[in-house]
Amino acid sequence: MKRRDFIQLTGMSAGAMMMPFTSFASPVELSRLLDPLMDVQQKKQLADIALNTTKSLGATYTDVRIGRYLNQFVITREKKAQNIVNTESFGAGIRVIVNGTWGFAASNNVTAEGIKKTAERAVAIAKANSKFQNEPVKLAATPSYGEVSWKTPIVKNGFEVPVKDKVDLLLSANAKAMEKGANFVNSIMFLVNEQKYFASSEGSYIDQDVHRTWPNFNVNVVDRASGQFKSRSAFSAPVGMGYEYLDGKAEDKIEGPGGIILYNKSYDIVEDAGMAAEQAKQMVTAKSVEPGKYDLVLEPSHLWLTIHESVGHPTELDRVLGYEANYAGTSFLTLDKWQSKKFNFGSKIVNIVADKTQPGSLGAVAYDDEGVKCKKWDLIKDGILVNYQAIRDQVNIIGQKESHGCCYSQNWSDVQFQRMANVSLQPGKEPLTPQQMIAGVEKGIYIVKNGSFSIDQQRYNFQFGGVLFFEIKNGKIEGMLKDVAYQSNTQEFWNSCAQICDERDYRLNGAFNDGKGQPGQSNAVSHGSATARFNGVNVINTGRNI
Amino acid sequence: MAILSKDEAQQILKKVIGFSKADGIQANLNGNDGGNIRYARNSVSTSGEDSNVGLGVQSYYGKKSGTATINEFDDASLEKVVKRSEELAQLAPENPEFMEPLGPQTYGGESKTWSEQTAKITPEYRAQAAANSIGPASKKEVTAAGFLEDNRGFNAMMNSKGLFAYNKATGVDFTVTMRTNDGTGSGWAARTNNDVSKINTADASAVAIEKALSSRNAKALEPGKYTVVLEAAAAADLVRLMLNMNARQADEGRSFYSKKGGGTKLGEKIVDERVNIYTDPWHDEVPSSPWAGDGQARKRMDLIKNGVVSNLFYDRYWASQKNVAPVPFGGNTIMQGGTASIEDMIKDTKRGVLVTRFWYIRPVDPQTLLYTGLTRDSTFYIENGKIKHPIKNFRFNESPIIMLNNLETLGKQERAVTSEGNPNGLIPSMKIRDFTFSSLSDAI
Repeated sequence: MKRRDFIQLTGMSAGAMMMPFTSFASPVELSRLLDPLMDVQQKKQLADIALNTTKSLGATYTDVRIGRYLNQFVITREKKAQNIVNTESFGAGIRVIVNGTWGFAASNNVTAEGIKKTAERAVAIAKANSKFQNEPVKLAATPSYGEVSWKTPIVKNGFEVPVKDKVDLLLSANAKAMEKGANFVNSIMFLVNEQKYFASSEGSYIDQDVHRTWPNFNVNVVDRASGQFKSRSAFSAPVGMGYEYLDGKAEDKIEGPGGIILYNKSYDIVEDAGMAAEQAKQMVTAKSVEPGKYDLVLEPSHLWLTIHESVGHPTELDRVLGYEANYAGTSFLTLDKWQSKKFNFGSKIVNIVADKTQPGSLGAVAYDDEGVKCKKWDLIKDGILVNYQAIRDQVNIIGQKESHGCCYSQNWSDVQFQRMANVSLQPGKEPLTPQQMIAGVEKGIYIVKNGSFSIDQQRYNFQFGGVLFFEIKNGKIEGMLKDVAYQSNTQEFWNSCAQICDERDYRLNGAFNDGKGQPGQSNAVSHGSATARFNGVNVINTGRNI
Repeated sequence: MAILSKDEAQQILKKVIGFSKADGIQANLNGNDGGNIRYARNSVSTSGEDSNVGLGVQSYYGKKSGTATINEFDDASLEKVVKRSEELAQLAPENPEFMEPLGPQTYGGESKTWSEQTAKITPEYRAQAAANSIGPASKKEVTAAGFLEDNRGFNAMMNSKGLFAYNKATGVDFTVTMRTNDGTGSGWAARTNNDVSKINTADASAVAIEKALSSRNAKALEPGKYTVVLEAAAAADLVRLMLNMNARQADEGRSFYSKKGGGTKLGEKIVDERVNIYTDPWHDEVPSSPWAGDGQARKRMDLIKNGVVSNLFYDRYWASQKNVAPVPFGGNTIMQGGTASIEDMIKDTKRGVLVTRFWYIRPVDPQTLLYTGLTRDSTFYIENGKIKHPIKNFRFNESPIIMLNNLETLGKQERAVTSEGNPNGLIPSMKIRDFTFSSLSDAI
């Protein structure tokens, strides 16, 4: 039985219960979301109590995270505002090293007395575990930054936008979808604000205010006669931006192949909902795919998930080393492949970077959750594996002296560990548009938006679906397909990468809820790319008759 | 503070209800204490404890409701939280689907979900669980990675219509993966229970070591349709996928349980007649809370009876629209088993595959409940009634509905563990014909 099973929230509809609440989040009233609750100096005083307590008990390192995690969910379906939920989670997590062993404890009692008790528990846990420690923790050095702060550069704070405006916007999108022939539409506005205060025994006191926004919907078309139902999700991306993402500016709209409209740095939810209904209707009568080898043209709203699963996860050093062996798994990118300096991860045009600073991305912060300044670095350079994603207690294992700054915890109540940075495919260097790319494909499929996904525990074999599939014949889009999924092997797939559109087509997509760890934690991460072509990939037909 | 007794919870909730000036009020009081230990590379990696208690209050005026929460319990704080929820309710938009709280319910006595043994787990116990894996692994050129998590918590609710419900529960989950140091073999074992005295971390670790050693140097087998013997964990992984039996989605035509032409599959035979699945909060082995989140009493109820859909879950709103009694989601799942052991099923198989667990199962088509995923941590080829050799992992594309129509044999029930979380249930091992493996994976 999981801890979250004990948390029953009041007043939740079934829709709200399916939302990804972080542990211990509780519903709160709207005004509380804008109340700062505790100032930086109060947090510093509490952090110092923890630092002094653990030091006196023998800890050689301590960090304290006093975190306040705010969420707002506005949930609607068709003409109904189903629920408006504001949640808050406030507490402190304390991590220590005693006898070379980690210990962690957390509590929502954020008082001098509560912090002291939690600090004592963290030390006691480290001591209990140190009996079975065979590999003492070695932390890479990091500078002390003193008292510093950072905030996501938002233009409009979504929490300050009246709830009525959000409800009205979602209901307008729903109405547009229904007008264009949808049978059902569920829509949601999901806002996140992480107010994170970090202090360490090494002298850093870091205050960060992180914002994320995600408008989303799912449009359903039901064909009772044939018993089919089809879904089209929103072409929005979850973003590390404020409510300005909902401005839907004309300059951020892109006319894609097949008559579709795509979005860049802002999003028009009403327009997209209308298109979604029309496309979902077309899916019902679309041609079922003939299985076989196809050249795939993958749009950034689709390719991000393939990058996430097949590049992001296997380049995480904790997976390579075996720390995730019992759950998410290990990685085929073993140290010998990296050491060889000639492991052909992909074709020569494949350049993939990790970046914790990219503006507008979900992972962007100035400092990670163990006080390391964030940066950008290469993972795959000209097709070759050149580095991993690693944090303070791991980099010594690969002979490096500096953490990559990608340590994260989803909440004050969870221990921080290595999490994926934004991992992105760099655009092609030659001028190329998606239309030009398609013109060169003889037998292919153009895939838009992420759908079904599955990959093995070492990240070799994967299968991905999508949302929209267009058949390409002799350089032209012929019509819509359905029942499409492609299967490949990571190295084979990235070596089949034949073309990447240029930077004009580069866009970010991503997820709020990348899962990893035990107990499981969520991480928000973006992945950028331009449209890319992969030759001769195996496509299967997923239609079944029951 | 985190675990309040029934009387303590009732006392606080009575005060809360007493402060109400709205048309009605409902209050939920919950608390939880938990701890965990995680290890990898034959060494403890992280470990922690956490504690939380909170009160949520929902007030309503007509169909307008507001919710506020607090974690302080003096009289002034309780009054404040009620007042806040009333202010919010007055500002809220009307929710046409709002249902007034339920009146008093009968739950049939104390549940069986609490274990004093589990509630008393200490950091030392957790560290010993890690040692039970790490010690034996190191002696056999094997590397252990594992996780143990325990919880004790309570839920209580009361409303102005006279309903009061309370339950406390404990739980412990243990999983361990053993990998041979040469990287060619891997084995997994998992245990879950309300009562920690019923799980043995040393035995589970030994099972995982044995699997790791016997799965070394796997050979490739052509993908295709095979007869499979599914250990209980693998069977549970797929059976759980057919149990989101939501009546509203089915009525709306957007579920596997929707019927072509309109209506639902309630009363239709969808799988082999030997398939019987039910829920029962009073089951000795897999007890659950006797009340669901909205306060409705849970009772023993068939979901699939002799292969036929016997019930769909109706929330109170949807039940009121359809003029039927509401049916709350169950707190556990029990699938009837047979008497065959894994060895018996292997003995009866001419050519097939033994699957010990699956991994990374994701939906492909919700209309047919088609899922894809892979085998993981020990898969074997069966020939002429014997395990011939370990084989490389497969990707499958299969629907649990097709699978349970191709049922050959039901094995013995086991406490259900799955690859991504442990459902509270009992699921048998089983033998299935024509299971679809679509490609090979090099992953170990």
